[in-house]
Amino acid sequence: MSESNPTAMAHGLQSCEGCGLLSRPAPGAHEGRCPRCDEKIEFRKPASLERTLAYLIAASACYIPANLLPVMKTTTSGGSESDTILQGVVLLWSPTGWPLSLIVLFASIMIPSAKILALFYLVFTIKRGSMENNQQRVRLYRMVEIIGRWSMVDVFVDTFTVALIQLQPLMSVAPGPGLLFFAAVVVLTMLAVESFDPRLIWDSAGAKEMKREVQHA
Amino acid sequence: MQIQNQHADCNRPLADASIVACQDCDLLQRIPEVPAGASVRCPRCDKELWRHKPDSHNRTLALTLAALVLYIIANAVPMLGLHAVGREAFTTVIGGAEQLWRDGDQLVAVLVLFAAVLSPGLQIAFLLLITIGCQRERPPFWVGLFLRNLNFTRTWSMIEVMLLGVLVSLTKIAEYASIIMGEAFFALFALVILLAAIQSSFDPREVWQRIEWAEEEARRSDATKQMGEVTP
Repeated sequence: MSESNPTAMAHGLQSCEGCGLLSRPAPGAHEGRCPRCDEKIEFRKPASLERTLAYLIAASACYIPANLLPVMKTTTSGGSESDTILQGVVLLWSPTGWPLSLIVLFASIMIPSAKILALFYLVFTIKRGSMENNQQRVRLYRMVEIIGRWSMVDVFVDTFTVALIQLQPLMSVAPGPGLLFFAAVVVLTMLAVESFDPRLIWDSAGAKEMKREVQHA
Repeated sequence: MQIQNQHADCNRPLADASIVACQDCDLLQRIPEVPAGASVRCPRCDKELWRHKPDSHNRTLALTLAALVLYIIANAVPMLGLHAVGREAFTTVIGGAEQLWRDGDQLVAVLVLFAAVLSPGLQIAFLLLITIGCQRERPPFWVGLFLRNLNFTRTWSMIEVMLLGVLVSLTKIAEYASIIMGEAFFALFALVILLAAIQSSFDPREVWQRIEWAEEEARRSDATKQMGEVTP
């Protein structure tokens, strides 16, 4: 066993995700119950990579219509006009509005795509059994976890624009079909983050170390 | 809710409760006592394992009560309005979701309601129940039920994101109409600050250490044996 970096799993111990208590499952058992908070515990989140990957694929599929379809439809007496997310960013660009325009560009376009790419990268490196850059990879995961929620910003922008601009028959705004897909991207990537188990990043290092020790013995 | 006398699949705790595994890298380590305000970090992955927050219970209770008041105000009065061509229109937070629902985007309306109203409400309610339960020397088992679900409500409660969204939509609308800020906007702004303050004063570890266990026998019988199993 790798004594330099002893992990709970290597010692047959499970740490509860709910309350953090460390406990020992019944001999041979992989699933147990936390004696303190009664939560079901396993060594690692069950089927973590598969579930993360499934959410990621679904999110990538929604990402395309989310960016191509209009999220808002503005009807004025002169006719109607549809805006996609990117067009919304462009419309917001003005001498006073450019900082907000940049924020929306970041939150709605860069963050969701960066999040999907980052999680694909994490799943891929774990599947490959990579042992490099563990610290950077776990930091990347935490960053995705913290920043991810901010991509909801565009959903709220559209919600309150729609709610306020109801000045029929002069001008009214309605949500477009892209909004649902965009909201789906945000929710699906958040679910992907939640089903990902960062402990897997370190597991392959432990496994290789163990193999090396077995060969030495 | 609690299933009694089911020891078959129940794990045995370690004798030394200060030994934990890092939630992000599973490294076994001992959490030392540190002075108030200091934090304990995992030496391998730099995850914050514990921060010693002084006077956690009283501060959290006070802040949560204040947050409850602001939450009620924020959802009862208009958040924004506009004034154009001799007409005025107002909307509350819930009103925003309502209009989406009427326009046929029910799923997104539910999401907005969930992230902007329901989750923050649950977050405050859970915190209140936890702090009230913790008035007792040994908090009852149900406190843990709320405590272990608190993270979920925190992940999905997005008031700060909503406020940014509101600012952006106001900038857009300002081209066509003059804007009226409602009381709820300021209440929400204060609520975001309060929720952050709660976050930095609430110490879940302190509650877990005092709480009544699901398996009280496991807690008592663990004390003597098993020591020396793990020595990180």
